[in-house]
Amino acid sequence: MDPAEPGLVIIGAGHAGGAAAAFLRQYGWKGGITLLGEEPGLPYQRPPLSKAWLKGEATAESLLLRPARFYAQYAIETRLGTTAVAIDRAAQVVRLGDGTALPYARLILATGAAPRRLGLAGEAFANVLTLRHAADADALARVLGPGRRLAIIGAGYIGLEVAASARALGGAAVVIEREARVLARVAGLALSGFLAAQHRARGVEILTGAGVEAIEGRDGLATGLLLQDGRRLGCDAVLVGVGAAPNEAMALAAGLDAGGGVAVDLAARTSDPLIYAIGDCTRRPLPLYGREVRLESVPNAIEQAKQAAADICGRPPPLPEVPWFWSDQYELRLQMAGLAFDPAEAVLRGDPDSASFAVFHLDAAQRVLAVEAVNAPADFMAGRVMVAKQMQVAPAALRDPAQSLKDLCA
Amino acid sequence: MPRVTYVEYNGREHGIELEAGLSVMQGAIENNIPGIDADCGGECACATCHVFVPEEWLAKTGTPGEQEASMLGFAATAQPNSRLACQITMSEALDGLVVHMPEAQH
Ligand SMILES: Cc1cc2nc3c(=O)[nH]c(=O)nc-3n(C[C@H](O)[C@H](O)[C@H](O)COP(=O)(O)OP(=O)(O)OC[C@H]3O[C@@H](n4cnc5c(N)ncnc54)[C@H](O)[C@@H]3O)c2cc1C
Repeated sequence: MDPAEPGLVIIGAGHAGGAAAAFLRQYGWKGGITLLGEEPGLPYQRPPLSKAWLKGEATAESLLLRPARFYAQYAIETRLGTTAVAIDRAAQVVRLGDGTALPYARLILATGAAPRRLGLAGEAFANVLTLRHAADADALARVLGPGRRLAIIGAGYIGLEVAASARALGGAAVVIEREARVLARVAGLALSGFLAAQHRARGVEILTGAGVEAIEGRDGLATGLLLQDGRRLGCDAVLVGVGAAPNEAMALAAGLDAGGGVAVDLAARTSDPLIYAIGDCTRRPLPLYGREVRLESVPNAIEQAKQAAADICGRPPPLPEVPWFWSDQYELRLQMAGLAFDPAEAVLRGDPDSASFAVFHLDAAQRVLAVEAVNAPADFMAGRVMVAKQMQVAPAALRDPAQSLKDLCA
Repeated sequence: MPRVTYVEYNGREHGIELEAGLSVMQGAIENNIPGIDADCGGECACATCHVFVPEEWLAKTGTPGEQEASMLGFAATAQPNSRLACQITMSEALDGLVVHMPEAQH
């Protein structure tokens, strides 16, 4: 490794960037690796931020993707608290916030996504929060607890997980959702209905079909929400959880194919042969469904990190994967595999009243598109296999508790 | 410190020391051992840290819990001696443990 030679630069020391650095060394990259991160700390897991971390059940050390000594041991130079501001493709350098430039032989963009804002009056109050980084989670933890009421705008996974954590910490939570049901963009009807009922049974107030007109407050702090129908809700703090937008401004400014995510192929290559992009900031093909998608999940970040590292090291690409995701709320373990594009039928296996069931989504040809499992790990695993094989399965067989899924998968 | 040896599918061995209390999955991640993905970070949610435990170690590592067993039942290459490495906690009693990795984790 010649320190004078430009090496590989990774912008973004998050889940994807951290994983890429590790895979590059596993796959034999001999040049330098510089991991640039805007946040002050080493790469860490975000999923616990809305779950265990919020409830004080995780430590900063247990959150780390790899222990601190790892980076020195594998000659990965970390430059934390460092922001990249521009990519100069002609000069092959990354321009940094401090005015210096860092040359690259190869560049990986792993900048993640940023919480969307609503543009509402009152959104700048100090206790109106979003949740993406560890620092956000710390701010959120300070407003949770007995006697505190959190208003959560948006019933997505993060909003619902935080509602569950707020209740676990003895506080109150009210969730306001514009759509007619919770998780409208990411879950089927049955799962939405089940989860809404579970949250309500545990004291979370959920208002669907409700728009927020303004966040009201005084002395710089929010004290409540004004809804579009004129209702007012009091609260001690607000969490805005209405999705995230890819951090792609630098890629756009550099003239890369981007917009709705940096466009990449199955080797995580952008429109510039020296530049790769991975994780939440990308828009990628998903051959299983013949579509381009923007996925926001840890498994996807790891998968694309592998794709980029393999391509850079001249290795064959990883086998095509089935996208999947998990979420924990109360004692419910949710596991989802596949994506239900144009579903024709939803088949329920098991009994939601027993809090252990799965929903299989089939297309018009009865091919399994996706599975959503609640406390049903075997159904999740079976569904993942069926999605991968694009298996056609008779709904009656899926529904029949006496029918072994293992036999169906064989 | 107790030692674990990870054997890749191609036969390559990686011997490491692993602090008691950490999982066999964490040992692989912290030492960048190829073949263990650990997508979920140790939550027993993904079955991407699948390993095979040799007969002579099975009594000491114990048998899979209910959740783990149902996940393993559908892992592509599962065997009776399959375990998820995130569910094996290192201890002095496991000093010398050997685990073998499958060809792929999907
Ligand atoms: C609260 C929460 C809960 C979640 N729960 C789950 C879950 O249960 N399961 C699941 O699969 N996924 C979950 N996710 C999603 C998952 O965490 C993300 O998909 C994953 O972190 C994406 O990795 P990434 O590296 O693309 O982005 P990130 O992990 O966000 O990393 C991007 C990094 O790049 C840095 N950066 C951005 N721009 C620059 C710049 N110009 N210069 C330098 N650095 C820069 C950022 O500061 C950040 O550190 C959750 C996310 C959140 C926020």
